[in-house]
Amino acid sequence: MTLHAITVLGQDRPGIIAEATAILGGLGLNLEDSSMTLLRGHFAMTLISAGDADAAEVEAALAPLSASGDLTVSVGDLPEERAVATDGSSWVLSVHGGDRPGIVSSVVSRVAEVGGNITDLTTRLSGDLYVLVAEVDLPRDVDVEGLRTTLSGTAAELGVGVSLHEVEADDL
Amino acid sequence: MSSSTPGGDAVNPVVARWTETDLGVSGNLLEVVTAPAPVLSSVGAAVDPTDPEIVQLAADLVATMRVSPGCVGLAAPQVGESVKVFCVDVSEHPKTRGHHGTFVLCNAEVVESSRNERAREGCMSVPDLTGDVKRATRLVVRGQLPGTGETVTLQANAFEARALQHEIDHCEGLLFLDRAAGAHAIHARKTYL
Repeated sequence: MTLHAITVLGQDRPGIIAEATAILGGLGLNLEDSSMTLLRGHFAMTLISAGDADAAEVEAALAPLSASGDLTVSVGDLPEERAVATDGSSWVLSVHGGDRPGIVSSVVSRVAEVGGNITDLTTRLSGDLYVLVAEVDLPRDVDVEGLRTTLSGTAAELGVGVSLHEVEADDL
Repeated sequence: MSSSTPGGDAVNPVVARWTETDLGVSGNLLEVVTAPAPVLSSVGAAVDPTDPEIVQLAADLVATMRVSPGCVGLAAPQVGESVKVFCVDVSEHPKTRGHHGTFVLCNAEVVESSRNERAREGCMSVPDLTGDVKRATRLVVRGQLPGTGETVTLQANAFEARALQHEIDHCEGLLFLDRAAGAHAIHARKTYL
């Protein structure tokens, strides 16, 4: 059993996912986690599949998808590795303000400096408005107020607003 | 229904006074089933709240909830019984405002709901995922107490309202996964309680 990381990028149209997953199903691959969105109108999908086919075989089978030249497909093998559970806490980081170079790199550097791990990230540019929303795992020993102060300083330099709030799941 | 204050939240005294000792039977611990068990996606049958088997199930649900860390509610489908019975007790939860302590409702339905808020939920029957779900924070629910079969109507707010909607959903064969607020609203759980 091999895990493959498959990406499909390019011009959006109806039916891309149906076509791609039918091919993968035909190879006996099982889709595990996947994520797809539109990035500035472009189709962007990443999925992890498991099965016996090797990467070259998968890539060859998916070739019809990219035949018209408007989609790029890549297939790579992944080591069989499962995410390690952390004992940290989950936070949502939001940044928004006027677009300028360096917002993402400056803000996420502050998170990385304290050992924070970004587990989900979306950025959107809408006119002049730049928006970043990230889910962040913070190790238990992080000084959250200290991080907030650092983030606020960075945000002030960039002329954007920043907020960090905890997201705790309530068990029902 | 109990008297209510304008703009306030009335606690139904009949429900608030109710405890599992009113059932007159002791509860047994039941195994909690997890998705994709089909029972979790089946609409539960309406029950006769005075039926001794339902009274026993009510006691079993409360007993099982009590021994499950952090558990604030448990519905019959979660213990493999496809019927409309659940228990709730949010009295120890930090997000609780008003509450009715421990109670069990049969055949419960939402009568009124308003003021939706989005929050992240977990569920013992979906142990590895959490999801962002919009729920009403003000709720009126009607159901029957097991044993006496008395019909009660109660107003709930905040976390008790969320718990009630989550449990009523279970009785309708719905999980929080069915209520996900968007394609990126389901998350891998990072830590276990």
